[in-house]
Amino acid sequence: MDTSTNPTTGPDPYAGTSQTSEGRVFTVTGQDWDELTASLADEVIGEERLVVNMGPQHPSTHGVLRLILELEGETVTEARCGIGYLHTGIEKNMEFRTWTQGVTFCTRMDYLSPFFNEVTYVLGTERLLDIEDDIPEKAQVMRVLLMELNRISSHLVAIATGGMEIGALTVMTIGFRERELVLDLFELITGLRMNHAFIRPGGVAQDLPPGALDEIRGFVALMRKRLPEYAALCNANPIFKARLEGVGHLDLEGCLALGITGPVLRSTGYPWDLRKTQPYCGYEDYEFDVQTWDTADSYGRFRVRLNEMHESLRLVEQCVDRLAGLEGAPVMIADKKIAWPSQLAIGSDGLGNSLDHIRHIMGESMEALIHHFKLVTEGFRVPAGQAYVPVESPRGELGAHVVSDGGTKPFRAHFRDPSFTNLQATSVMSEGGMVADVIVAIASVDPVMGGVDR
Amino acid sequence: MSDETNLPAPSGEVEQIGERRGMFGAAGSGDTSGYGGLVQPINYPGASQPPYGGWFDTVAEALDARLDHAGVENAIEKVVVHRGEITFHVQRTALAAVARQLRDAPELRFEFCSGVSGVHYPDDTGRELHAVYHLTSMTHNRRIRLEVSCPDADPHLPSLVATYPTLDWHERETWDMFGIIFDGHPGLARILMPDDWPGHPQRKDYPLGGIDVEYKGGTIPPPDQRRSYS
Repeated sequence: MDTSTNPTTGPDPYAGTSQTSEGRVFTVTGQDWDELTASLADEVIGEERLVVNMGPQHPSTHGVLRLILELEGETVTEARCGIGYLHTGIEKNMEFRTWTQGVTFCTRMDYLSPFFNEVTYVLGTERLLDIEDDIPEKAQVMRVLLMELNRISSHLVAIATGGMEIGALTVMTIGFRERELVLDLFELITGLRMNHAFIRPGGVAQDLPPGALDEIRGFVALMRKRLPEYAALCNANPIFKARLEGVGHLDLEGCLALGITGPVLRSTGYPWDLRKTQPYCGYEDYEFDVQTWDTADSYGRFRVRLNEMHESLRLVEQCVDRLAGLEGAPVMIADKKIAWPSQLAIGSDGLGNSLDHIRHIMGESMEALIHHFKLVTEGFRVPAGQAYVPVESPRGELGAHVVSDGGTKPFRAHFRDPSFTNLQATSVMSEGGMVADVIVAIASVDPVMGGVDR
Repeated sequence: MSDETNLPAPSGEVEQIGERRGMFGAAGSGDTSGYGGLVQPINYPGASQPPYGGWFDTVAEALDARLDHAGVENAIEKVVVHRGEITFHVQRTALAAVARQLRDAPELRFEFCSGVSGVHYPDDTGRELHAVYHLTSMTHNRRIRLEVSCPDADPHLPSLVATYPTLDWHERETWDMFGIIFDGHPGLARILMPDDWPGHPQRKDYPLGGIDVEYKGGTIPPPDQRRSYS
């Protein structure tokens, strides 16, 4: 029986029912629910088993995640993920661009933590170039600064969307309000709110603009006041706790078997944080504590994220203090065979090529012009080999396996994205629970589909 | 980069896989610069000889001893130490046994696998498809890499899902992108590409599309056929 025939347009191809080898399939697209239940009544339904496709356009699946849930009443008996809806072939694209241009691609993968994507790729490239010790101190401090600001903005989105999905809309509005402040800082420093392509092999693209440190100090002071709001709103909130506590449980053995890292792993009480255990970018010189919780559930992950934002503020403060003493220091490697030659400057008509640089290459130095031309068109060659330098992204271990054949382009760049790996825990976290808890469990993993599908 | 990079490497230190011809990726067109005739070897870091230095030796010796004890022979083809990272090249027949020893032996204890990444080397005859595993020992805070290869004509590798369940999706992705079949995987289906997709996009021989231009029937050639520095 077709329930959706329109007298003028004929049958709706996106609604109605069809017979498949798996049984009768109902497509629900907003037609009258009574008609659907009436047609269901025609069937002899001997079982309560129901397979529901949730997504890929469901608002609470964090983008285009498709969940295939098998339900008995409201209990989930089987949960599977369908991914790939956001696959854009970033890794393949990178093989046809220079090593420097690769940053522009990988920053778009996990769009909530662009700096981490850039850093892990750049660190791998620098290891292959064997220039890890030659990166200027200021560039490393700026990388740490940007990553920690980014960790705050990413955790804010995790908490905000997670709150929204269980009905805590205030958490969502204040979360995005604070995130906007971080994005304003990114815009000030890199010129863009997202997709920065700011961290480059050899250093960073640009020095800090004037006044940036004061802005960051103001932000830290403001966040010190606002972060306790989240704690006051959520930590002891009985509804919030009732929805999160004991939901999405995954213990340490489960985490290691499934390769889960990040806040999910730390919520089991295991203090594994690459910033401490295998430091990069000089993290060993900063003071901060690894945050853990011992409940191994969604509530614990929320608390870990909240506490990590406080730690990130500590790190940002230390970065600002160091940067204050590094004014005018170089932010790009001194090696002219690798360093990106051109610089941007603000002129009367907006941001553009630095006139000083143009004067230098066009009027003063033929060699500088040649270097500019060769590096921008051809790029530098990276010695053949492979490297893997993982970083602690807001979601866990993010690593780029970069392979070079000695050419000017990556031979292969593969990103081990924590969202991709952590999403494998969906089944064990949600099977046997209620369908409403699936959302909470997935929100506690905080998958970003741009990173999952790449 | 120091000037030493321009010197020829001593024999045995590098391994040549393929060669690079020309400079501008322009074959057959009117490249009159003379660089079109350039032929350069593509040299990858070759096998290292022990001692490898630091804890690398501890791991290599412990692994050898464990494999001997388990009766697994000729498991390790070679060990490459490059840029402070150690890579064990493993025979594919021994991969499952090696992984199990690496995970379970208390002195190795690589309990965490970051995943598998495929690499396609069309010029590495007989070993075209490589799978690269990154393992971490959280107990000892060490990180190693396993590399295993299989020929294009017989793209089979043993699945490691039984040892590292996290590899479930990673192996599916490597199958999807490279066409490596992981024998023993519980459900080796495509994961990122649609189920009915033909071909494996990350392979170097996967055909790429050009772009039509609305000007006198012109087209932009596929990226791998455009003129570019090679």
